[in-house]
Amino acid sequence: MAKMYYEKKRSFKYAFIFLLPGLALLITFIIIPFLSAFYLSFTNQRLITRLPTKFIGLANYKKMLGDDLFWKGLANIFKFVVIVVPFQTVFALALALLVNKRINFTKFFRTVYFMPTVTTMVVVAVVWTFLYNPEGLINLFLQKISFGAWQPVDFIKNENWAFPAIMFMSIWQGVGFQMLIFLAGLQEIPISLYEAATIDGANNWQKFRRITLPQLRNTTAFVIISTTILAFRLFDQVKVMTDGGPNGATYTVVLHIFNMGFRRQYIGYASALTVVFFLLVLAISIVQRFVLREEREVS
Amino acid sequence: MTAERSRKKLELIDKSVSYTLMILLALFFLFPLIYMISTSLNPDELDILKRMGSIRTFIPSPASLKNYSDVFERMPFGRFVFNSVLIVSSTVLAGLLVNSMMAFGLARFTFRGRGLLVSIIVALMIIPFETIAVPLLLMTNKFGWLDSYHVQIIPFIANPFYIFLFYQFFLSFPKALEEAALIDGASWFKIYWKIALPLSKPVLSSVAILHFLTQWGFFLWPLMVTRGFEYRPLPVAMQVFFGQYPRDWGDIMAFATMMTAPVLILFVILQGQYVKSVSQTGIK
Repeated sequence: MAKMYYEKKRSFKYAFIFLLPGLALLITFIIIPFLSAFYLSFTNQRLITRLPTKFIGLANYKKMLGDDLFWKGLANIFKFVVIVVPFQTVFALALALLVNKRINFTKFFRTVYFMPTVTTMVVVAVVWTFLYNPEGLINLFLQKISFGAWQPVDFIKNENWAFPAIMFMSIWQGVGFQMLIFLAGLQEIPISLYEAATIDGANNWQKFRRITLPQLRNTTAFVIISTTILAFRLFDQVKVMTDGGPNGATYTVVLHIFNMGFRRQYIGYASALTVVFFLLVLAISIVQRFVLREEREVS
Repeated sequence: MTAERSRKKLELIDKSVSYTLMILLALFFLFPLIYMISTSLNPDELDILKRMGSIRTFIPSPASLKNYSDVFERMPFGRFVFNSVLIVSSTVLAGLLVNSMMAFGLARFTFRGRGLLVSIIVALMIIPFETIAVPLLLMTNKFGWLDSYHVQIIPFIANPFYIFLFYQFFLSFPKALEEAALIDGASWFKIYWKIALPLSKPVLSSVAILHFLTQWGFFLWPLMVTRGFEYRPLPVAMQVFFGQYPRDWGDIMAFATMMTAPVLILFVILQGQYVKSVSQTGIK
């Protein structure tokens, strides 16, 4: 009797009050804008206009095919992913292994490596702009270690150097985050595995190859996917440092969405860009699910 | 005996290599931040430019706080700080309440469609903000919300990821906990407020920290919806200030330091909590 009474009290009637504020906000500010992105992408909607919105079918998507800036942004993003993701992942793993050692002060170093991640990207971008100056510290450093062979470069204004400079800075800022995730993964590996390997006479490299790496497969997949998605969203540092220049060398998809949707107020076209952007991110997430599920079945 | 000694020797080498590496890496991660602070203390703009490519740039002499007072004189810096603090704190506080309530509703009640609702929340986690920014701009513009505080707060309160973190935590509570309270005549809201929330301090602080950092650095949206200084948060104000020529690097670095130092100090204090919250984001 009492049991039924409490089960009844667990019904939707009582839950509704708890769900209401969250549901209302999610529907209004995520679900509706998300669905309207699809709808708007088939229209000629502008931000401020007296003309009625017209349905124009696939015209926005067709326009995208001939939009050089879109392709430039997409190509740059792929370049960014192909270079930054592997570097950052390997670097993060190396850092995690280093600060996972059972020696003193590792907590202190972890904290230090993580500081750039806590620093706002706009601040980071501004400080590095100064460092990248032709007379700045980076050029001086390169000159010193090359014994004067290095010719100073205005990294941010140089078409060949601007994007690599932003990549380097992004790795510096973001690697601490991935390091912590690797660290959490490392700490979940049972010590008994290593002890057994030691008894079998395995050396450190063998232990890393045969135990650490396979045990970290889920973590590595997560790190790679999250770095990839973050790379796709590249905007803040580019907007602050180069605004996409010089000559489109640092242009990105999100910057294009921003320019089309906000600056030029082509809501319809920007929505189409947004839909394509979402489908790309979705594809990566599906790959993640696939990789992680496969791993679970194996283990 | 010799084997023992050589093993100890190897350990010593390993230790010293590790420490050397860790210190070099610490310098790599810290030098831009130290550089930012030391430049902000140099009152002489010409001297900053002269020194920027030398090691002397790290030693601010003469040091003064002139750049800091300059920032306050040149712009309504206090206003920007106030804007950021107001926007971020109200988003995070309202977010803690709304997200935990929704998670409580999902985790502690049984009703038709509950599973579907949870799946929808999980699916919503995939949508990056960039996807909805443009339609959201159109919508808030139609509401007449542009250039305001609420346009920077209300859309960012509910967050599927934070709901999910709370949900997982609330699921683990035993039912007996609530049934005893129900027998005593407690209402569900009282159970949520007096039992569930106090028990979920670790998740509360994780979500608070993650939400805080994301909103504190939020740039894209405030850039789209604010004009002038009245409602602008720090990152947008900083970008505008940075875009003015000629650049006064001393003042820029003072701005950057004032924006960063409180968060870094807070981070060092809450470090343990923070590490936990980040690791949690990896475990899905």
